[in-house]
Amino acid sequence: MTVLAAHHLTIGYGDKMVASDLSLGCAAGTVTCLLGPNGVGKTTLFKTLLGLLPALDGNVAVGGDDLATLTRREIARRIAYVPQAHLTEFAYTVIDLVVMGRTAYLGAFGKPRPIDYDKALAALDMLGIADLAEREITRISGGQRQLAFIARALAQESRIIFMDEPTASLDLGNRVRVLRTVRTLAQEGLAIVLSTHEPEHAFEIADRVAVLGHGSRFVTGEVQAVLTADVLSGLYGVPLCVERTPSGRHVVGST
Amino acid sequence: MKRPPLRTATVFGALTLAVAVLMLIAATIGPYRVPPLTVLKALGERLAGAGGHGAVETVLFNIRLPRIVAAALVGAALAAAGAAYQSLFRNPLVSPDILGVSTGAGLGAVTGILLGMPVMMIQLFGFAGGLAIVSMVMALSRALRSSGDILVLVLAGIVVGALAGAGISLVKVLADPYDQLPAITFWLLGSLAGVKAGDVMATLPAVAVGVAPLILLRWRIGVLSLGDDEARALGIEVARLRVIVIAGATLATASVVAISGVIGWVGLMVPHMARLMVGPRFDRQLPAAILIGAAFMIVVDTLARSAAAIEIPLGVLTAIIGGPMFVWLLAHSRRIAAP
Repeated sequence: MTVLAAHHLTIGYGDKMVASDLSLGCAAGTVTCLLGPNGVGKTTLFKTLLGLLPALDGNVAVGGDDLATLTRREIARRIAYVPQAHLTEFAYTVIDLVVMGRTAYLGAFGKPRPIDYDKALAALDMLGIADLAEREITRISGGQRQLAFIARALAQESRIIFMDEPTASLDLGNRVRVLRTVRTLAQEGLAIVLSTHEPEHAFEIADRVAVLGHGSRFVTGEVQAVLTADVLSGLYGVPLCVERTPSGRHVVGST
Repeated sequence: MKRPPLRTATVFGALTLAVAVLMLIAATIGPYRVPPLTVLKALGERLAGAGGHGAVETVLFNIRLPRIVAAALVGAALAAAGAAYQSLFRNPLVSPDILGVSTGAGLGAVTGILLGMPVMMIQLFGFAGGLAIVSMVMALSRALRSSGDILVLVLAGIVVGALAGAGISLVKVLADPYDQLPAITFWLLGSLAGVKAGDVMATLPAVAVGVAPLILLRWRIGVLSLGDDEARALGIEVARLRVIVIAGATLATASVVAISGVIGWVGLMVPHMARLMVGPRFDRQLPAAILIGAAFMIVVDTLARSAAAIEIPLGVLTAIIGGPMFVWLLAHSRRIAAP
């Protein structure tokens, strides 16, 4: 079931067009990887799909409604955003950060109720980091911090989660942990869209990929059909090959 | 699960009690000594609608209490505005001066003094000056960059604040050096020496209108500290909330600057003290900052009027206390901000 669909999007800032005629669909229970070299407008596309930037043309439909007609609160109940794990300016505890995911369910003058804390804690529990609840977000590891941001998205109870390079600047162990979490969440029925600079991650966890190249070249489809050596070489401007190991893994490297 | 309401409630109870006790102590201090019990008795009689009109009552109700309440009001308003600006700008080193509010209010007020206006008009001028500067800052930042870039906003605040500062210097040059200039200088350093009950009553509603939205929206203002994109993705109409916070904090600042003159440091330092006590969550930090700000200014103003033979300007005292304390906070606290 398609939960998010972009139709002939033109993206950009103000009067500056970045890419045009982008169409994309994301289904519940799947992981979609967004790939592309630096500077082609991946972030712009990401922000447009999230409703943080208005589409210059075309539209994004979420559950049948045009994103442009929804309030921020309505969007937040349908789409959650996991930023690259960063240090917050103020040293919030993990539970305080995660419970902020409940904001879209609170009244204008409201603050979190016990049920919101329960949901936040359940989200931490699901990711196996409930014991970090009272720790300061600035004093846990990068991988734990990334999981905390994912927990916040889960507390938001939206069916679509966008993740901006969730494995960037993580060590190998944490990278594996985060990717496994992403896969599990998709199995739970969530639609996940994540941007990454690692084509191998797409092979590992994605059902579909969306590849944005220079000059608005935009290809979407099944991972193995789209991510061929030719496409990747053209995309990143260096000769690349894709090899399949005996165990069924895909390895991308230079030729 | 464990939530810390007990600890937070204890802190708030203790702070409220501290403000009340400090008010009582401050009321006893001065050239005319009034013992604590006499203060309480006079207060009780006044509240019951009775009471005499002797020297004690005159000193308490016409001079000392209006000044004490004004000090509490000034401290609370500056601290609330500072805490709100820090969350809004995601920067623990920001204070109400950042948007040129204080300087703008200063320019308005000294212009009023130069024109020989009555006190009420001087306050109105100060208030209008503060609001005018903030409107200019916001218009300028909007013209330079479309969607409220924080850095552009802060830089616009510095530019417009510098212009207002130049305006103040010009007014000082033009002012009568024997009559107006001392008044202007003293006012720019901050003082509550001339405050009357009527001034407090006139300022109270403006401060309340400014601080109320900050208190009501405190949870959302805290979420705003995560940054625009994250706050919006969490369901907050960022542009609208930002306008409300800036308008409220500015109104609170400009209204107290109009009765107290320019007092620095409070809006910067007190929010840090609050964060040390109750943690960084804005919904807990704001009420703590309001109470600490009130207590702090009561102490400072009592020192200002009783520590020396002459009135010490408040701005001088807050700088002397605030500077070292801020350095200490920076050195000893890891909870102020991310390490």
